[in-house]
Amino acid sequence: MSRSEATPIAPTRVGPEPTISRPGGIGQSERRPDGVPKVTGEFEYASDMWLDGTLFGATLRSPHPHARIWSIEISEAEAIPGVYAVLTHEDVPGRKVYGMEIPDQPVLAWDRIRYQGEPIAIVAADHPETARRALEKIAIDYEVLDPLADAEEAMRENAPKLHLSGNVLNHVHIKHGDGDAVEADVVVRGEYEIGMQDQAFLGPESGLAVPDGEGGVDLYIATQWLHVDQDQLVESLGLSPEMVRLTLSGVGGAFGGREDLSMQIHACMLALHTERPVKIVYDREESFYGHVHRHPAKMRYEHGATRDGKLVYVKARTVLDGGAYASSSPAVCSNAARFAIGPYECPNALIDSYVVYTNNPPCGAMRGFGAVQTCFAHESQMDKLAGALGMDPVEFRVKNAMTTGSTMPTGQRVEGPTPVAELLERVKAMPMPEAAGDGPRDLRELPGGVSNTTHGEGVTRGVGYAVGFKNVGFAEGFDDYATARVRLSVTDDGPLVEVHTAAAEVGQGLVTVQAQIAHTELGVERISVLPADTRVGSAGSTSASRQTYMTGGAVKMACEAVRERLFERVKEEFGESPNSLSLEDGSVVSGDRMVASLMDLLDGEDIEETVVHRHVETFPLDANGQGDADMQYAFSAHRAVVDVDTELGLVRVVELATAQDVGKALNPQAVEGQIEGGTAQGLGLALLEEIQVRDGKILNASFTDYLLPTILDMPPVKMDILELADPNAPYGLRGIGEPPNISTPPAIVAALRDATGRELPRIPVRPEQIAGVATQPPRRSPQAGGGYADIGDIRDRSET
Amino acid sequence: MRRIQMTVDGKPHVADVEPRLLLIHHLRENLGIGGTQVGCDTSNCGACTVLMDGESVKSCTVLAVQADGREVTTVQGIAENGNWHPMQTAFHEQHGLQCGYCTPGMIMASISLLKENPNPSEDEIREGLEGNVCRCTGYENIIKAVQQAAGQTQGTPAATS
Repeated sequence: MSRSEATPIAPTRVGPEPTISRPGGIGQSERRPDGVPKVTGEFEYASDMWLDGTLFGATLRSPHPHARIWSIEISEAEAIPGVYAVLTHEDVPGRKVYGMEIPDQPVLAWDRIRYQGEPIAIVAADHPETARRALEKIAIDYEVLDPLADAEEAMRENAPKLHLSGNVLNHVHIKHGDGDAVEADVVVRGEYEIGMQDQAFLGPESGLAVPDGEGGVDLYIATQWLHVDQDQLVESLGLSPEMVRLTLSGVGGAFGGREDLSMQIHACMLALHTERPVKIVYDREESFYGHVHRHPAKMRYEHGATRDGKLVYVKARTVLDGGAYASSSPAVCSNAARFAIGPYECPNALIDSYVVYTNNPPCGAMRGFGAVQTCFAHESQMDKLAGALGMDPVEFRVKNAMTTGSTMPTGQRVEGPTPVAELLERVKAMPMPEAAGDGPRDLRELPGGVSNTTHGEGVTRGVGYAVGFKNVGFAEGFDDYATARVRLSVTDDGPLVEVHTAAAEVGQGLVTVQAQIAHTELGVERISVLPADTRVGSAGSTSASRQTYMTGGAVKMACEAVRERLFERVKEEFGESPNSLSLEDGSVVSGDRMVASLMDLLDGEDIEETVVHRHVETFPLDANGQGDADMQYAFSAHRAVVDVDTELGLVRVVELATAQDVGKALNPQAVEGQIEGGTAQGLGLALLEEIQVRDGKILNASFTDYLLPTILDMPPVKMDILELADPNAPYGLRGIGEPPNISTPPAIVAALRDATGRELPRIPVRPEQIAGVATQPPRRSPQAGGGYADIGDIRDRSET
Repeated sequence: MRRIQMTVDGKPHVADVEPRLLLIHHLRENLGIGGTQVGCDTSNCGACTVLMDGESVKSCTVLAVQADGREVTTVQGIAENGNWHPMQTAFHEQHGLQCGYCTPGMIMASISLLKENPNPSEDEIREGLEGNVCRCTGYENIIKAVQQAAGQTQGTPAATS
């Protein structure tokens, strides 16, 4: 991509400001305080930061997915005027590998390349263009190797090992009840596949590292989890945690793609080496290579049911392509196992989930991970089974729906409200969109739109349903916690609550919710949410639908601790029992009687409390996949209505309807926004979005070729939000971010099958599959072919 | 290098630029007007949308020299005397943004849309904003925001921050 920047002369701009607002309490649709700078263009994204003397970083990446490196020659690049540093693996001061769960990924590759786009060298120069030109002068002697680009192939015993530990990165086995050793009246089988989705956050990766002159560094970064970044930086930079300080800068969306490191270590290395601030900004193409994606998966399922429609057993085998490095693959693999059969009661299950190293792009976290993949499979199976039984698909699901007290395949008892049947019944009961009239139709309401491909002829309507679920928060014994510091003071403008956490606002609205919680708990109008940084303890990741629950819960607890100390002060000064006191409008009151104003109580003596919020303990799975691994489950159901041009395979999603239990909507407008946005990403996965990878190489690393849902693709969303309080959760709330894009794709595909009668076993569904003119023969139909291979361990299969 | 002169958000700017320099980079890096973002570099996402002589353009597909003698308006230049443009108010009140990265471009495209069609139907709003991608909102609240700015609906009763 040719791009010519002038030498930046923009004013110095670095570091976020506190976000001050006067919100109402929880349960109200408060406007987001960060919405103010966001609509005026004053919000500082990571890519907006400048400091005098800043150098610009660039990254040399491998063009080959699999290669050996024999030599790296940098002297010619170093000699270019304006180049301040050219660094390679030799310059990594500490641990030369990194990774969130398993440190298996080189900071800069040394002897082997495992994916296309793997970083090898980094450059800092006085101009971005100079830095990029210097990359071209780095000479690498590669021995190009055949890529191992197929996950099933990589699992074979004789496959070349990409890592010393072997290619199977994780295998989770669950045996529930009698496993598959049971008979059923009706059996259906299916094989399903899901492509590689990209998070496609709109603001590409960016960060600014500023050396402190004493050997330490400050990093301003768009990320999802400051402390896990810091942990990895400390290791690879060989510095103490005090010397590596991180501050969250404006984040242009995340969706899982910022949970792993991108340029964090690189920018810090260059800054420490040059003793100058170093900024790295990826462009869109580099962004496709610079972060992990959603795991593609192949899923083979067998369901057995009684003639009257009760599930008897499920066998499921999922193979996830983890790509070159571990990232969060072990957790994704476990999710794909735990949520393999969906939110249903089933007495027997045999589940095997694998995640495998290949030379494909590394895959990791994306919204709903593990559950998105398997939901497409189990919901496709539920429709197939309903069809085989002659039952209505919703009725069949309702009949098998999980309820409070149901048992997961892991043996875990499902606690709290579990409205699976209710969600399905609610989406079914919502009014249907109007059927097309007899007269001429507006082209914009037809598949193909103003391309004028049909006037209604050949267009069929279909309706489909799906329900999905996933855990909230980190599972399987992970010590999942969030820290919050709350300070109550009085300034010239009156009482002020300052909330300080390290939780990443990535657009979801956490800043608003933190302020609403502080207002609710302390009765103070003016709330300042301080920039998130590592000066306060970890908040954990902005992922797993956990941040309102975990950090919101921590803010609530910290406010309670502040309140307790305030009431002790009231007791000492006024002899009032804390039990009778409450806080309203900046005063301590007892019933209707004002006891003291905060102005008087706090004069010069601020109250500050820091608390850590942990959710209930979870446990790892045993060898049979048994264990209370999860903290909370979140459920949603979708109904999709589609119009399909069956000749051309073009689709128009007419409407999406959804019902979701959110426990308690702290900010209803933001909840709706999350559900609508998640639904849009689900639509993208069902119909549009796939990173095309051939022989380990990405073919469509741009928004020209990677198709995102536009405003024309996305229909109106009807919504029914339930608030069934979870007794264990702060305010009864339930995580909300992920369920919408778990249940959307299978609902859309079910509607397409309803309209076309085609099997459609792979998403995203392409027009040629709908029209039945796929250039590749359609995948073998397990039912028609009858040659369905046994769901055994793949290693057994590979020997035959 | 070529000398160009343009008015940006009401202020005149003269600069010597390379003919290949894109308008978005001129705005962000030469002039320090950084409220407009770059999302894709390939004119697909619309985050960089600004008005040139009142018409919306994707500033990653316009050369700075093409804006010579023109009037450029960014999201930072639409408030008047400290009062927000109704479109800014509407995006804030209707929760028409989450991460906000698309917002500067989305607001400018919406202003351009209402200029051409002050009372658009929902279909017309969709058609008008087709070139601007939002990854967070699912577009529902963006449509509501445009409807509010067009005077078709009222703002939400939520308290202002």
